[in-house]
Amino acid sequence: MISLRILQSIKMALKSVKSNKLRSILTMLGIIIGVASVIVLVSIAQGSTKNVTSRINQLGTNLLTVNTYSTNLELTEDKISELGDLNGVKAISPVVSGRVTAKKDRTTSQVSLTGTNAAYSDVRDAKVKQGRFITDLDVEYRQKVVVLGSETTSTLFGASNPVGEHIQLDGVSYKVVGVLASKGSSMGQGGDNTIIVPLSTGERLVGSTTISTVYLKGKSEDQMDFVMNEVKMKMASLYPGKSDDYGVTNQQDVMDTMSSVSETMTLMLGGIASISLLVGGIGIMNIMLVSVSERTKEIGIRKAIGAKRRDILLQFLIEAVVLSALGGIIGILSGLGLGELVSTLTSMSISFSTSVILYSFLFSLVVGVVFGVFPANKASKLNPIQALRYQ
Amino acid sequence: MGTPIIQIKNMMKTYKLGGETVHALNNVSLEIKKGEFLAIIGPSGSGKSTLMNMLGCLDRPDQGSYFLDGKDIEEMDDNQLALIRNQKIGFIFQNFNLLTKLSALENVELPLIYSGVSAGERRLRALDSLMKVGLKDRAGHMPSQLSGGQQQRVAIARALVGQPSILLADEPTGALDSKTSREILELMQELNELGHTIILITHDLAIAKQAKRMVSIQDGRLQENGGDFLENLAIH
Repeated sequence: MISLRILQSIKMALKSVKSNKLRSILTMLGIIIGVASVIVLVSIAQGSTKNVTSRINQLGTNLLTVNTYSTNLELTEDKISELGDLNGVKAISPVVSGRVTAKKDRTTSQVSLTGTNAAYSDVRDAKVKQGRFITDLDVEYRQKVVVLGSETTSTLFGASNPVGEHIQLDGVSYKVVGVLASKGSSMGQGGDNTIIVPLSTGERLVGSTTISTVYLKGKSEDQMDFVMNEVKMKMASLYPGKSDDYGVTNQQDVMDTMSSVSETMTLMLGGIASISLLVGGIGIMNIMLVSVSERTKEIGIRKAIGAKRRDILLQFLIEAVVLSALGGIIGILSGLGLGELVSTLTSMSISFSTSVILYSFLFSLVVGVVFGVFPANKASKLNPIQALRYQ
Repeated sequence: MGTPIIQIKNMMKTYKLGGETVHALNNVSLEIKKGEFLAIIGPSGSGKSTLMNMLGCLDRPDQGSYFLDGKDIEEMDDNQLALIRNQKIGFIFQNFNLLTKLSALENVELPLIYSGVSAGERRLRALDSLMKVGLKDRAGHMPSQLSGGQQQRVAIARALVGQPSILLADEPTGALDSKTSREILELMQELNELGHTIILITHDLAIAKQAKRMVSIQDGRLQENGGDFLENLAIH
């Protein structure tokens, strides 16, 4: 019987919303804007989080990086190969880096240069689109061969196939043997505007034999903590007392930091947007109060023919909730639409999550209940005699 | 017939109006039997509206007792009073008091919604009630599409639909022209013939005379058969 009455009240509420279209829409506007902005802002925040984590993931979660911070500490090849012999390490790739001027015919371009070994392709997940990658033989014989990043390729060669062509690096001619697939850039790592040469060739080109970075690939992703410890201990034994001069970082650490930053951002944006939901609730309360005094006579009639306090309370409460729920639904739809629009217009990546949509809808319902209770209670308390006399 | 449906004993109700105490009801006792057609007549300010609020369980007396259909009204809380209004009393107001946004049928259904009757049965009973007042073909009309007389008929149908013990009519013809007034009164007489107990509250003697029994109220005091009020009228 109660559910029957609630159903009846919802019907009545919908009727009253329909008969006051303009007012209802204006009332719902606060909720609509609130819900839509929660969805859009949170989706943008989550989209960028996802973007960043997927980029980092692309670099491989079983990647360890050893960096040197000072010239006190020299990563020599024999010590690096000792790191490579560790149990959990699958592959190791030392890197020298610098910047060079690349020239093809009339086109010149500043690009970052990476000198490394054959394992780099596996360790850094650098896939070759055309041709081949650097081989160990190239390193051994200090071959003047290069593998181009996709952006460098398009800068220097346009759409034509560069494999087999020659380019000049700082005035010396090199043969292009391969082109990398595009990876996208993030946080200054990777990037497509790059040239990869054999490690020995690179040392000569940069004019330094200092290896500042070593990438290590673990055998399995679940053992990374163990491998990390292994590497740290090995480094400590190789370079006793110099722990301040190098650092070992785990891809997971970077990701954790990033996600905690973006979680804070998501919360903040969601919080700001929720404030407008709250303001929308005040709008609903305002209109419901107007509605109660406008319908004093109706309340009187209903009470005279047998409506209990509870019936009147429920009627107005349900009306407030119906308003906020409708606003919530419209808000969700416009939020989704707006999000799509933003993502197509700005190339920002957007990620909608059902939980955010659900929560913002539930929140709008709660707002309806909270701000509907006061006017509904006021209506239910009206004295039927005075309400009937009201014109 | 014969069993008292309403028993009021020594009812008192006072209001404070601008520092002055007004005895709206002063020691009023009244007994109404089942199937009666009673008119309560009195000028404005006589206390008849207060009496009607008491009879209709919209208000409570300061003193005195009120038994409706054997039930002591004084012991009831607001929810129980609402239930009594819903099931035992059918209100007919001067201004019809229909809900303007509901159709005639929906207006008539309203008391049944509050008594929890299912939708199907509600419809049947409301249509049946509209048929009794001769408006079955206007069931889908909105109040604004109906004449005053028709609106009052809808209101009467609404009062009838819950099969109440009494029909309480407060100046039911006050907003109608004389022809429609006659029709409404005829309808009420018909309903009385069918066994409905009707209490008619009016200031108009001609209308009060349509009833089988008449009491007058003045300055909060009730008198059988019109009493002083009729004499006063005769003098003027």
